[in-house]
Amino acid sequence: MSELIRLTAAELAGKIHSREVSAVEAAQAHLDRIAAVDGEVHAFLHVGTEAALANAALVDERIAAGEAPESPLAGVPLALKDVFTTSDMPTTCGSRILEGWQPPYDATVTQRLRAAGITILGKTNMDEFAMGSSTEHSAYGVTRNPWDTTRVPGGSGGGSAAALAAFEAPLAIGTDTGGSIRQPAAFTGTVGVKPTYGQVSRYGLVACASSLDQGGPCARTVLDAALLHEVIGGHDPRDSTSIDRPVPAVVEAARQGASGDLSGLKVGVVRELGGEGYQPGVRAAFDASLRRLEKLGAEIVEVSCPHFEYGMAAYYLILPSEVSSNLARFDAMRYGLRAAEGRSAEEVMANTREQGFGPEVKRRIMLGTYALSSGYYDAYYGQAQKVRTLISRDFAAAFAQADVLVSPTAPTVPFPIGDKVDDPLAMYLNDLATIPTNLAGVAGMSVPNGISEGLPTGLQIMAPALGEAVMYRVGAAFEAARDADEGGPLIARVPEVTR
Amino acid sequence: MTADSAEERTGGVITRDEVAHLARLARLAVTDSELDTFASQLDVIIGSVARVGEVAADDIPPTSHAVPLENVFRPDERRPGLDQAQALAGAPAAEDGRFRVPRILGEEQ
Amino acid sequence: MTTTEPELVEFDDVVARFDPVMGIEVHVELSTNTKMFCGCPTEFGAEPNTQVCPVCLGLPGALPVVNRAAVESAIRIGLALNCSIAPWGRFARKNYFYPDMPKNFQTSQYDEPIAVDGFLDLTLDDGEVVRIGIERAHMEEDTGKSLHVGGADGRIHGADHSLLDYNRAGVPLIEIVTKMIPDTGARAPEVARAYVTALRDLIHSLGVSDVRMDQGSMRADVNLSLSPKGGALGTRTETKNVNSLRSVERAVRHEMSRQAGVLDAGGEIVQETRHFDEATGHTRAGRRKETSEDYRYFPEPDLVPIAPSAEWVEELRGTLPELPWERRRRIQADWGISDEEIRDLVNAGALDLVEATVAAGAPSQDARSWWVSYLAQQANTRGVELTGLAITPEQVARVIELVAAGELTNKLARQVVDGVLDGEGGPDEVVAARGLKVVSDEGELVAAVDAALAEQPDVAEKIRSGKVAAAGAIVGAVMKATRGQADAKRVRELVVERVGA
Repeated sequence: MSELIRLTAAELAGKIHSREVSAVEAAQAHLDRIAAVDGEVHAFLHVGTEAALANAALVDERIAAGEAPESPLAGVPLALKDVFTTSDMPTTCGSRILEGWQPPYDATVTQRLRAAGITILGKTNMDEFAMGSSTEHSAYGVTRNPWDTTRVPGGSGGGSAAALAAFEAPLAIGTDTGGSIRQPAAFTGTVGVKPTYGQVSRYGLVACASSLDQGGPCARTVLDAALLHEVIGGHDPRDSTSIDRPVPAVVEAARQGASGDLSGLKVGVVRELGGEGYQPGVRAAFDASLRRLEKLGAEIVEVSCPHFEYGMAAYYLILPSEVSSNLARFDAMRYGLRAAEGRSAEEVMANTREQGFGPEVKRRIMLGTYALSSGYYDAYYGQAQKVRTLISRDFAAAFAQADVLVSPTAPTVPFPIGDKVDDPLAMYLNDLATIPTNLAGVAGMSVPNGISEGLPTGLQIMAPALGEAVMYRVGAAFEAARDADEGGPLIARVPEVTR
Repeated sequence: MTADSAEERTGGVITRDEVAHLARLARLAVTDSELDTFASQLDVIIGSVARVGEVAADDIPPTSHAVPLENVFRPDERRPGLDQAQALAGAPAAEDGRFRVPRILGEEQ
Repeated sequence: MTTTEPELVEFDDVVARFDPVMGIEVHVELSTNTKMFCGCPTEFGAEPNTQVCPVCLGLPGALPVVNRAAVESAIRIGLALNCSIAPWGRFARKNYFYPDMPKNFQTSQYDEPIAVDGFLDLTLDDGEVVRIGIERAHMEEDTGKSLHVGGADGRIHGADHSLLDYNRAGVPLIEIVTKMIPDTGARAPEVARAYVTALRDLIHSLGVSDVRMDQGSMRADVNLSLSPKGGALGTRTETKNVNSLRSVERAVRHEMSRQAGVLDAGGEIVQETRHFDEATGHTRAGRRKETSEDYRYFPEPDLVPIAPSAEWVEELRGTLPELPWERRRRIQADWGISDEEIRDLVNAGALDLVEATVAAGAPSQDARSWWVSYLAQQANTRGVELTGLAITPEQVARVIELVAAGELTNKLARQVVDGVLDGEGGPDEVVAARGLKVVSDEGELVAAVDAALAEQPDVAEKIRSGKVAAAGAIVGAVMKATRGQADAKRVRELVVERVGA
């Protein structure tokens, strides 16, 4: 195995920018790794070899000409979740209905990655239209967890997370609607960040639930995530919900945090996140993380968010409602799959949607159609939006008592492939701890924590809207302390992928 | 089965006919066997999410947007769009510069 | 449809026994540079699918951003209609599947409109003023256009397939909805037409739309129900996309007769969408829906609320131009004309033309007279609208000037106008080309008068004996002899002079 693929993004960028390693070598090392292991992991749906090498060559030329690199990450390879449009690669969202669709435009995130000189290796697997917690709901086959290839990598962004854990890419982009960045990060021993809603442009992010979706960075270290966060974050006039404020200085915060001192900070433990439904091993790892935070000087306080217990119910009304409307456009008229059968436009639409969508997507479309129907709107969608207000108020009250909140990221360790795929409610419980931040639009991240049953667990850190700096600081401090105590990063313990 | 909580929680919140109606509204040509599966699954899910009704929220304003922004506008200035070939590139069928679709039965709204 | 059409009931009979209640929804396409939610142009008539982008094609991932100019236009329309401007409101999604709608939902302010509760006063032909209540005006987006191929006449029924052009998709629309319009009785068709006319003029004066019903930039839907005299409100039908002012009137009249026929036959009015057929003047039922509509409205999560500040609204109020009724009041005062006279000008569609003629230097009375009599006649015989005549207000003013200067008689002036209308050039060119100059050579005129007097000595004698009225015959003869190119007044003076001498 080439040592290049074991480097962090920051280390690799340093070597490329100092011409110790070329960007082309870096890209090729990762492409080779993909060729070697992705048959087993199946993190990628599409690999754009030529475009990746072409970008890397441009970065090398620039550096050779003595010019400053495009960004601190110029030349570093990245895996892009297949939910962002790319004008040079297909965009399928893990769905049969978009098989082979080549968008005529780049998402804002794609544009920013290109402008930063980052080498996009390809598009990663995901639960269809980001609906799922295991990546088993992809129309193109499951992604396997590099820690144990009989287990799921989490979802919906299982492809991006598995690519990091399998050393196929040092950086990845995910999207988080209810935990789709953070839960896969926890399941793969990597770092995943859901920024404040409105901080990363959604233009060109194929919508799952518009009011909950947020793109974010995935990496193997907190600093790498911060570097990527600053590349993709910031105002975009093409997204009406984009916040017109500077991105918090998360790289600086991550560097400051790595020095390991959290004295003066209050860390709130949310009483409602961590009791029933959380595996003992996950609980134990979480308890250990609290002791570690205390050792770093943080004050641990308990906070109560009484409406969080209704979060999942509100989420599974709001999300399907928006989904039912967002996915109406996939109708075989203008792009994508068109069913052969049908004597009219109406029949062709219905047949195409039947054939093109998987069961989870259909379930959620019907659930949302139900929740928005006249006669049910007030009891379901309307009431869910009120619960959303109450959850935001719970967060406001909790952040008045603590700088950040913490919980286990997911209630369980990665589960075996096939275990929950036919039990939607059991699957939904995976996102118990991550959903409230999406409902309130606040920031959250998952950092690697301890091992349980030989599998990784994650620590979730939550911060107020635009409070990413303190979140990264805590994350980096925790990471540094954990790695020091345990004699190296968690990811170093991932077994080599074998067939 | 005794009148236990399981029956109360999931018993007949949604019927097979309602699922068929939802599928029509959502333009999904679901099969007969899917109707049965979805009816029982949706029944369980709706029984569970109905919990939102337990929260007393009469005087609570609803939240439709996570971040409270207002008045986001664009100047009335043209921006380059797609040309005809780009617009039609992904079309399953095209004719005379237009998207070709099977005959439409319904009328415009 | 399998239902047979009922006997139509005579209109007079309908209004003797029923009260019509109307509600009118008008869609106006704004003439902004760009669409409601993206930077694509809005021009009519471009090559298909050349004014599109990821946003208005509804491509996956694309997001809308509201056009500020469209919001400003909506607020100005609301203010001109005496509405309150909502201090806060969101767009909603109206969910239904139709191939001309790229996202399969329409983004609309349906339940949180930007303007509410206003009115528009109309003056009918006989001077009666009717106040139409405005329930709301809200913003939404237009759909694409479908072309049905393989059917008998381009209609949707029997078509083999359809072709879609999304150039129009996303063009900003303002929908203006009236409150219920009761108590109009036999005048219902006239009121409906007058309302749409007044609304068109108002929006035209604001400069926010070209309000061309023939191009679909203004479209009316008419809701109508009948209730038996003194009885409960009936079931309404909605007649869609009525595409001319005349059709508005005809559609109401026909729908009243049809509904009365259904009710007389013991039938029930079905709440349905109907379509107006320009050729027959009838409305026909749309296809019955298999499932009831359920649009599943919910707040559009991709757009943030619009909260116009009081300052912004007042600033926009300050940009309102003189509104049609204010202008009419001013003109009436300036020209010193009666209510009836200004109404005639408005009804004849002549107000703009007369005002432009006056602005070009003509006295208002002459300008009015030309446009409402001779030019109106010419428009009629030539089968065009007054505005469609091939003469400009400046040219009319020039003709009036020539008459005032004594260079043309009224009769000659009409010939000059005919020449202009026939494309022979401007007034001065026609005068020159046709040789239409008043004979102002006194010697020539005196000779002609003397000759006429000599031919009719008995008439000359009568005049001499004091019957001055008899001079008419001599004047006529002189005018004939000069082919009308003499000033009749001067000829008359000369006749009296020559006889008396």
